[in-house]
Amino acid sequence: MVTPQTTPVPVEHVFCDDAPVLKVCGLSKRFGAGCPYCADPRAELERNICPVCGTVHAVRNVSLEVHPGEILGIVGESGSGKSTLMQCLYFDQDPTEGDMRVAAFDGGAANCFDVSRQQQRYIRDRIFGMVYQNPYLGLRMNFSSLSNIAEKQIAAGVRDVHHMVRRGEELLERVKIPLRRKQDPPRAFSGGMQQRVQIAKALSNEPPMLFLDEVTTGLDLSVQARVLDLILQLRRDLGVSMVVVSHDLGVIRLLADRTIVMLDGQVIEHGLTDQIMQDPQHAYTQELVYSLL
Amino acid sequence: MNISSVAVSGEAPAPADAVRPMLDIQDLSKGFTLHAADRRVRGCERISLSIAPGEFVGITGRSGSGKSTILKCIYRTNLPETGSIWYDSAAFGMVDLARLDERRVIYLRNYEIGYISQFLDCVPRTTAREIVEASAAEAFDDPRVIESETVRMLEHFDFPRELWDLYPNTFSGGEKLRLNIARAMVRRPRLLLLDEPTASLDNASKVKVRDLIEQLKEGGTTMLGIFHDLEFMEGVCDREYNMQAGEMR
Repeated sequence: MVTPQTTPVPVEHVFCDDAPVLKVCGLSKRFGAGCPYCADPRAELERNICPVCGTVHAVRNVSLEVHPGEILGIVGESGSGKSTLMQCLYFDQDPTEGDMRVAAFDGGAANCFDVSRQQQRYIRDRIFGMVYQNPYLGLRMNFSSLSNIAEKQIAAGVRDVHHMVRRGEELLERVKIPLRRKQDPPRAFSGGMQQRVQIAKALSNEPPMLFLDEVTTGLDLSVQARVLDLILQLRRDLGVSMVVVSHDLGVIRLLADRTIVMLDGQVIEHGLTDQIMQDPQHAYTQELVYSLL
Repeated sequence: MNISSVAVSGEAPAPADAVRPMLDIQDLSKGFTLHAADRRVRGCERISLSIAPGEFVGITGRSGSGKSTILKCIYRTNLPETGSIWYDSAAFGMVDLARLDERRVIYLRNYEIGYISQFLDCVPRTTAREIVEASAAEAFDDPRVIESETVRMLEHFDFPRELWDLYPNTFSGGEKLRLNIARAMVRRPRLLLLDEPTASLDNASKVKVRDLIEQLKEGGTTMLGIFHDLEFMEGVCDREYNMQAGEMR
C-alpha cells in the first residue's frame, strides 16, 4: 500500500519575512477645515461628522500592510470610508494626513503621498492597477476595448503598437472577452464584461499591486463567479497582491487572506478572514457577520 | 478504553532527553462575548494537553462541550483568550499559536497544519480535481508533480473516478469528506486537525475514514481529532480525552 508520506518530497518552503508591497500608516482624509475639538483623535464624533464644526472625517488614522501575493479584504457598510481610502491609495484624492510606502518605488524609501505629481503618476501607471466599482470611472466608454487597454500601456511608456495589440488581445482572452468584439466600445458591453475589460486594463502593465473596489457589486451570480475565478487565477498565476473592498462578505471570505473591518472611517477590527467570520470580536462585526445569508 | 489523566497546567518543561511534544496546550480558555444579546457563551476552559510527534489523540464529548473550540483555537479560526498553544514548527521552532502573527499563521496553514471538517468549503464551480490540484500547488512547484500527486491522492482515498471532473455540489457526505481529506493530505501536513470527520456518515463510510486515519498514522502524521461516537475511536487513538461543559475530564 502506498502511504501519503512516500515520494515526491514537497518543495522546501521558507517563510520569507519580506517587506510589504504596500505599507500605509496613519492615513486620514477630512472633508472640511476641522476644529480644535475634532483634531483630538479620541474626540467623540456623530458617526464620522464633527458635532462642533461639521467636518466629515471620511477616513481616520487607518494603517495597513499588504505583502507579496496577499489579498487584503476591506469590509464595512456604505459610508464607512472604504472607497475614500481606496481613492487616497490610488492618488485619486489627496489624504489629509498619512504615510504610504511602496516597495516597488525606490524600495519604499519615500512617503508616496509627498512625492511629486509626476512620480505619483508613475506609481499609478506602472505599479498600481485599479478596478472601480463604476466602470465609467475606469474606462473610456466610447473607445474600443483594445484602445482602453492600450491607454494604460501608453501611460506606462510602451510605444510599440504591435506589442500593445498583442498584449491587449492576450488580456481580453484571459478575461474571456471574445476577440471578435475587441474593437467594440465598452458602452456596448454588459456590466460584467465592462468589469472584465477594466480588469484587463488594470493588468496591462503587470502591476504588482491591484486595487479592486466592489468589483462584483451589481453583477448576477454566474458573472460574479466568473470575475472571482479570474481574480483568484491572477493571484495564483502572477502573484499579484490585492486590496479588495466589498460589502459582500461572501466575496471577502472567498478572496481575502486577511480582512480589515471599517466603521465610521476607522478600522475597528482586523484579522484572518475566517477568524473575522467565525469569531468576530467587535459588536459591529458581529452584527455584520450574523447578517450573512 | 484508555482515558489518560489531564496534564497538569503550567507543567515544567520536559527534560532534554524526552521527546519534544509536537503540540503543547497550556491552560487554554476561550469564551465568546455576544454584544447584541449582552451575553457570554462558554467555549473551553483551562484546557491543557500535549501531543507527541506521530501520536493520534482523540477528544470526545457531547455537542456544545467545547471540543471544536479547542481545534479552532489551534487553527486560529478562534482567537484564544488566555493560555498558550505551543507548537513545534518546522519553519519557526517552538511558537505560541495563541499569539503568533497572522502571516505566520497563514504560512503554517499552508505548509504545516491541516484542518479537516465534515463540511467542504471551496470556491464555487471548481471540480474535485481542481480543488486538490489547487492545494497541491501550494506544496509543489512542478506542474507534472502537482498533477501526479493529485491523481495519486484521489486514487489513494478511493475517490470515485467518475466524479473527478464534476463540481462537488452533488457529492454525498462521504465523497465530500474523502475529497476534503485528499485536499488536506496532498500537502503532507505535519499536524492534522480532524473536526468530527465522521459525523453524518453511514457505518460503511465511517470504517473507510477509520482506515484512512490508520494509514495517515502509519505514515507518521500527528493528529488531533474530535469524534462524537466512542466506538469508532477505539483501537485507533493513542490517547482519548473526554470533555464536559468546556472542561476536560
